[in-house]
Amino acid sequence: MKFDQARWTRETPEEGGEVYEPLLAEKSSRAVETDDAPLPDDLTRDGIELPDPAEPELARHYTRLSQMNYGVENGPFPLGSCTMKYNPAFTEDVAALPAAATHPDRSTDSVQGNLELRHRLADSLARIGGMDAVTLQPPAGAAGEFTGILIAKAYHEQRGNDRNEIIIPESAHGTNFASAALAGYGVVSLPSADDGRVDVDALEAAVSDDTAALMLTNPNTLGLFERDIEAIADIVHDSGGLLYYDGANLNALLGRARPGDMGFDVMHYNVHKTFATPHGGGGPGAGPVGVVEELAPYLPTPQVRETDADEPDDGEAASDDASYERFEPEHSIGKVHGFAGNWLVLVKTYAYIARLGNPGLRDTSAKAVLNANYLASQIDYDIPFEPFHHEFVASADRDAADVAKRMLDYGVHPPTTKWPEIVDEALMTEPTEAESRAALDHLARAFDRAAADDDEALETAPERTAARRIDQADAARNPRLSWHALDDE
Amino acid sequence: MEGGSVSSDEHPHGGRGSPFAPHTAAETTAMLDAVGVESEDHLFDIPETIEFDGSFDIEPRSERAIREEIATMLDRNHELVEFLGRGHYDHYVPSAVDHLADRSEFLTSYTQYQPEVAQGFLQALFEYQSMLVELTGLEVANCSMYDAATALGEAATLAVRVRATSGDRVLVPEHLHDGRRAVLDSYLAGTDAGVDSYPMDDGIVDRDALAETVDEDCVMIYAENPTVRGTIEERLGEIGELADDHDALFCLGSDPVALSLLEEPASVGADVVVGDAALGLGAADGMGLGLFATREAFLRQVPGRLVGTGEDSEGRRAYTLTLQTREQHIRRERATSNICTNQAWVALRAAMHVAWLGPDGLVDLAKESVTRASEVADRLDTIDGVTAPVHDRHHFREVVARTDREASALKDALETEGYAIHAIDDHLVQVCVTETNADCVDDLVAAVEAVA
Repeated sequence: MKFDQARWTRETPEEGGEVYEPLLAEKSSRAVETDDAPLPDDLTRDGIELPDPAEPELARHYTRLSQMNYGVENGPFPLGSCTMKYNPAFTEDVAALPAAATHPDRSTDSVQGNLELRHRLADSLARIGGMDAVTLQPPAGAAGEFTGILIAKAYHEQRGNDRNEIIIPESAHGTNFASAALAGYGVVSLPSADDGRVDVDALEAAVSDDTAALMLTNPNTLGLFERDIEAIADIVHDSGGLLYYDGANLNALLGRARPGDMGFDVMHYNVHKTFATPHGGGGPGAGPVGVVEELAPYLPTPQVRETDADEPDDGEAASDDASYERFEPEHSIGKVHGFAGNWLVLVKTYAYIARLGNPGLRDTSAKAVLNANYLASQIDYDIPFEPFHHEFVASADRDAADVAKRMLDYGVHPPTTKWPEIVDEALMTEPTEAESRAALDHLARAFDRAAADDDEALETAPERTAARRIDQADAARNPRLSWHALDDE
Repeated sequence: MEGGSVSSDEHPHGGRGSPFAPHTAAETTAMLDAVGVESEDHLFDIPETIEFDGSFDIEPRSERAIREEIATMLDRNHELVEFLGRGHYDHYVPSAVDHLADRSEFLTSYTQYQPEVAQGFLQALFEYQSMLVELTGLEVANCSMYDAATALGEAATLAVRVRATSGDRVLVPEHLHDGRRAVLDSYLAGTDAGVDSYPMDDGIVDRDALAETVDEDCVMIYAENPTVRGTIEERLGEIGELADDHDALFCLGSDPVALSLLEEPASVGADVVVGDAALGLGAADGMGLGLFATREAFLRQVPGRLVGTGEDSEGRRAYTLTLQTREQHIRRERATSNICTNQAWVALRAAMHVAWLGPDGLVDLAKESVTRASEVADRLDTIDGVTAPVHDRHHFREVVARTDREASALKDALETEGYAIHAIDDHLVQVCVTETNADCVDDLVAAVEAVA
């Protein structure tokens, strides 16, 4: 298979140069004045200048831009820790149902459908995570982390405990550190042991009366399962701290183990990683948070519950007619989103979980782990840490960023590069369950061809993408962040 | 993997464990052989004590069954004509936006960590940032936050950082959306800063009372235009000066429709603009798009992602995520924000929507937002027992009305007639009109007449 990404270029008449697809503003821009507004002049601006394309021009512009963009439906996308899997088409249709389009301030009686879906989704997520209660409000994974840490903070404060530290393994996602800091905590970074897992002795030494929580993902970012998780949980709990689960790697565990059963007290789910809601080039996602019963009173407001309706005699009948209400948990932390989160993403999540059910959820982890192990067995790279689950970190043994750029030429999106730093020139690879054996073989060839290419081929790559190698250092040194900045030059 | 054969009606996955894992049984076996294990179960390195048996009691359903199930559930929502606003607006979204944004290269892509293969989305986000720069007059816009409330929270933490030596008070208007206030409190929970409110005078900022409230401890003054009650501010420049005199940031809340017509934020001294796009998505139960723009002076303190231009090795202009050293994946606990995944696809939709409208369409929409609000106020005011508007001000999209009847009772009675409005106080209701419900104003007025 040979790959060439669409590339649209056009000459710029003024300078005689050439640009890729021009900006909308370069094609057609129009200034309008606002002097005939139904308002006094001193309350209005003078005017505004914006692009003014006709719809056919608009359609071509965005179609061309889409062709210069790589998505999961273009080919393999094995970004480690990002879990890019196939997004089923039908979930878009159910989220687009007109009945889903309601205003957030609608009365409880008038949106029983929305509330039922929210309640059912929260219930499914609770069962999948082994948690007792779930909030759907956080609009992304990092927002979920922040929510979870605020819950831990409120819990400790309620008990009069003055704890000011969060412990985080050095290999954790950067958002863990940032979310803890945003909530006002000091961060204690925990080194990894030689086997790539949490160093239990170091953890023993790190916990204290100041420990509010330990944040952990399991499997960790090397794809390794923290086999000592029960001992880790005991150490944290004995110190009076809480155990937080980062759900970024939950795809590896679906139906195999549950954070709640491992001793985690609070967790977030990344629905755009685990439950195949599209990532949309950077969101919207959703980051529901699950908690054990003791922490349920601290969840954001509102929560949804089934009302004690006039239950029919046989306990089984009622679910079709059940009614739902919003309520504020007793010690609620308040809100982390102005309304109730990324609703349309939640509808897609519900549909995806329903499509899979028990067998599909369990098969997801089986095939995700099988694919990672199969791919690793087919490439000629050093993989220092194993046995891994859904992702592995290969060492490029030369500049991992160059290898990644070269892989683009072979029609695949490269892995995550240079992270985690535990592995030299890391290529962190997560194929997910959605790749066929043939696609994995293609991906393996891309790895090996890049490894075999000479230095010049790597340093000048990519050559088959819409743009050639971009000087990112220069872009940062001389920031031009809008078309106005280009005009100024 | 579950074994046994079942009919296709009973098994919605056509023999596969997951409908989205492409493996045939033969391929699975061959792959297990290549790895050197007997079964998938042997690939898991999980202690027996915490192994889970796999049963969540969630039945798989077919695609068709799920469509029916969700449609049936959502049909329990009452069909109401919504005259609801207060920070979440239903503007008509053109079909072109739905169809173009749904192209899978946009929908199924990830954050643009490899810019050479993601030029399309990067350019679209650069164009989105550029539109915000034009609308606000500020030099820098990021390529999205979650919603207006979280953008306000980020603005406040930015103010706390850049004015750290000044003090720890954030001032907000007395009339502020509950959700925005609650999220602001959450974002400041990790700082020493607290939030105080200042009074309003007949629906807009009471400038003199604000002058008495503001002091040297203040790091940010927040105001909105239009306000949560739909009124248009008349003394924004003076608020900007007050903020400046006290070395505080002036943060203005607005939306692109209003920004296209009302006073330009930069010209009234705004240092930060936040808000919800109100374009690109219709009513979506509160899901939105957080705007964030600021002055170049605060560039290194901006939360979230920024797209900039650079050159590729052929000398052509290209786009890339830039200034990432501010971000959590590099700076970790010293990052300007924890935001990572944002609302990029919604930003794409908003940019498409603005481009589809063009400057005339956008400004016309803004003008109509003024005239419609004034018309609906006039109409409501003719009803016995209703006075509208309550505030003797110019309005944008929405108005507050006083009712003799208790507001919540009136609201409930209207709902049985098929209309949704806000009850915001004992005898105050709020009504919002856009192009999506303008045709129903006559019906609403008749219904209010019948129940007021």
